[in-house]
Amino acid sequence: MRSSTASLRLHIESTLAGRIPSPFRLREAAPPPVVPTGIAALDEFLGGLPRGGLTEIYGPPCAGKTSLLHSTLASRTRSEVCALVDAQDAFDPHSSAASGVYLPRLLWARCHGLEQAFRCLDLLLHGGGFGLVALDIADAPVRFVRQVPLNVWFRLRRAVEDTPTVLLVLSRESNAKTCASLVLRLEREASQWSLRTRKAEPPAFHTPACLLNGSVHSAEIVRSVLRYKKPRFIDQPATADHSFEASVHFQMHAADRCDMKEVPVQTMLLPRPKVQQEERMRDSG
Amino acid sequence: MPFGAIFVPDFSLQAVGRSEPGIRSRPLVLVDGSAPIFRVTAVNRLARRLGVTPGLTKTAAAEFQGVEIRPRRKELEEAAHAALLDAAWSVSPRVEDTAIDTVLIDLAGLTTLFRSYENIAQQIKTRCSVLGLDVHVAISANVETARLLACARAGPTIVPDGQETASLKALPVALLSPDEDLAEVFRQWGVTTCGSLASLPVLSLSECVGQEGVRLQGIASGQGNRSLAITEQTHLFEESLELDEAVEELEPLSFLLGRLLDQLCARLSTRALAVRAIQLQLDLVPGFENAFDPSRDFLRTNKLPETFHCSLVLPRPVEDAKLLLKLLRLRLQANPPKAPIQKLRMLAEPDRPTALQGGLFLPAVPDPDKLELTLARIAAVVGEGNVGSPELLDSHHPDAFRMQKFAAPSPASSFNLSVPEEAADSKMSFRFARPPLPANVTFQGGRPVGILFQGKSLKVLQASGPWRASGEWWEEPNWQEDAWDLELDLPGRTPARVVYRIVFDSLQKKWFVRGSYD
Repeated sequence: MRSSTASLRLHIESTLAGRIPSPFRLREAAPPPVVPTGIAALDEFLGGLPRGGLTEIYGPPCAGKTSLLHSTLASRTRSEVCALVDAQDAFDPHSSAASGVYLPRLLWARCHGLEQAFRCLDLLLHGGGFGLVALDIADAPVRFVRQVPLNVWFRLRRAVEDTPTVLLVLSRESNAKTCASLVLRLEREASQWSLRTRKAEPPAFHTPACLLNGSVHSAEIVRSVLRYKKPRFIDQPATADHSFEASVHFQMHAADRCDMKEVPVQTMLLPRPKVQQEERMRDSG
Repeated sequence: MPFGAIFVPDFSLQAVGRSEPGIRSRPLVLVDGSAPIFRVTAVNRLARRLGVTPGLTKTAAAEFQGVEIRPRRKELEEAAHAALLDAAWSVSPRVEDTAIDTVLIDLAGLTTLFRSYENIAQQIKTRCSVLGLDVHVAISANVETARLLACARAGPTIVPDGQETASLKALPVALLSPDEDLAEVFRQWGVTTCGSLASLPVLSLSECVGQEGVRLQGIASGQGNRSLAITEQTHLFEESLELDEAVEELEPLSFLLGRLLDQLCARLSTRALAVRAIQLQLDLVPGFENAFDPSRDFLRTNKLPETFHCSLVLPRPVEDAKLLLKLLRLRLQANPPKAPIQKLRMLAEPDRPTALQGGLFLPAVPDPDKLELTLARIAAVVGEGNVGSPELLDSHHPDAFRMQKFAAPSPASSFNLSVPEEAADSKMSFRFARPPLPANVTFQGGRPVGILFQGKSLKVLQASGPWRASGEWWEEPNWQEDAWDLELDLPGRTPARVVYRIVFDSLQKKWFVRGSYD
């Protein structure tokens, strides 16, 4: 039996020798190149956002999606040209500039609706040459976003495939399903407030947000092509796989925060909402 | 042998054929005159074969089957003449604008560039052909000899040194354009060719017909040179087209625009130039009520504009006529003319073409031509002012910015800028609600405790404010507001806490939700 298996293997290898060098050897696909998000904790956790793929970042309002987008744009606009398709005209140039976004290298398309946004996105992706193209549909009505057919997402994925472009989609819910190379779920964990009572003057007259010092967010990978489970062979014992480990916390600071040394910070930790099982399954596609 | 001559036979016919390339292969006659009598002024070879001759009336010419009749157009002839000059200037900067159908070129020293005079003549023919002109070319050491030979022979004709008299011998004396009296004298003498005129004794000729006859004899014998009256180079690139029937739809209009752009780009390309900007002027058909309203008072207030202007300024010079046509189409789609179009006039602003050198280790940037088209297409979708790069304004207003045209940096520009220190740590970002959402805010003890907007009543968990800001009080509209940052309890299937910014507009006396910290 053993000799017949070996001879069969030898026969197959010799037959395929010209086309496939080693047919019985598992070859791992090379991971796609990635770009950093500009948030150290998140970069360490994710490894970065994949080029030539669709990355979907979703979460409830104020979950930190825009902050993550601005942070990524800040790191990308230093070396590349980026584009933002803003479905609901929600982009704030002032806070993005404060985050370090180099605005002359950002193309901003101010759309009014999903239809305009997807048409602009198509035009930008087929035009090419952008290092990062972001689609912000986080404020679009969820019921309309759900009606976007899956083939649209598939077409978008094909448009960026084999290109150096990072396609980033910000939404309230996960929609791209298996078309996404990376799906990231964000949540706001806590808000950081200082100066509960107005005892100190704000640092400047026109800095109205100085009491909101920042917020803590959590990120959870729902789907990723960068971190996949290692194949387990039948004759090898199962090993613990930590590649899908939980989530990561990261902190965002307010643009005009107070001096943290002088004023004690009050952090309001939220009770973490329990994500229902069916929602998780729906998110993971 | 330093002079060349370019002659365009049947110039007025070629000018029309240049604007309508398909008409060249059909019998074509041009009519001119004033209503009601129009007479045939020019006939092409195919029409002549059918029996059409100059001098016939338009009605008589129309009876010949298959003959295309076009009015003679001065603007087309001017454009063809400009194209002829462009072709000449593409060879040498020293050009004499001799007549509308003839230009003379000083070719001294050009053999080092073109290797031979045969090559120069061939290049001139090729470049004129690209511009839609079929020309005769002759090269000679004597400028008038070159001109006469270009008028007489299709060529290219190269006259060797010392062979001027022999080359002109068989040409008719009418080519010298003698005045009527002199022509009659020559006819009576039996002098019909340049050779016979050149053989006459000079003194006798001078006594009989004067110095004019001697001058013509010198030209006919290929002797006595003259210097060129050099024409200064111009950079006016203009093409126009007047239509017999007004065009209203964009599709036929874009066909005509494409034809004008092809002609302009060919002319610019001949001069090694590209298009920096396009100015398009469309003459519209006036409303029919113009003819019926005697007072015209009504028209002064309500009449349609008679011309339509459209300009296209490009971030870098473009040589591709198809790209320019696409951009113009998008521009006209967004802002179409309000009446049918009778005449098109297109003016191109020239510039030197730029070549981009991409770097092997530099990040890819959008192709400028492609980007321009993409931006125009996006502008057609979202509106002209809704695409571009945001530029922050020097104002305390939280939403003070303006959109400026997006231009991709060249690969050679300084990429890899360093991140500013103040932006090195991760910052919370703000999302605007444009327009702001109206809200009702409930206060207790001077602090907000509840807010109602978009049909939702939310409880305030944390609040900071008010932060008063105002500006532009010196002009209208000014602004004055009190802002609060509120942490709210957002109910739902997955309850969350959100941080919104609300503002009280002191001028409108109303509360609005400006946006959220996301």
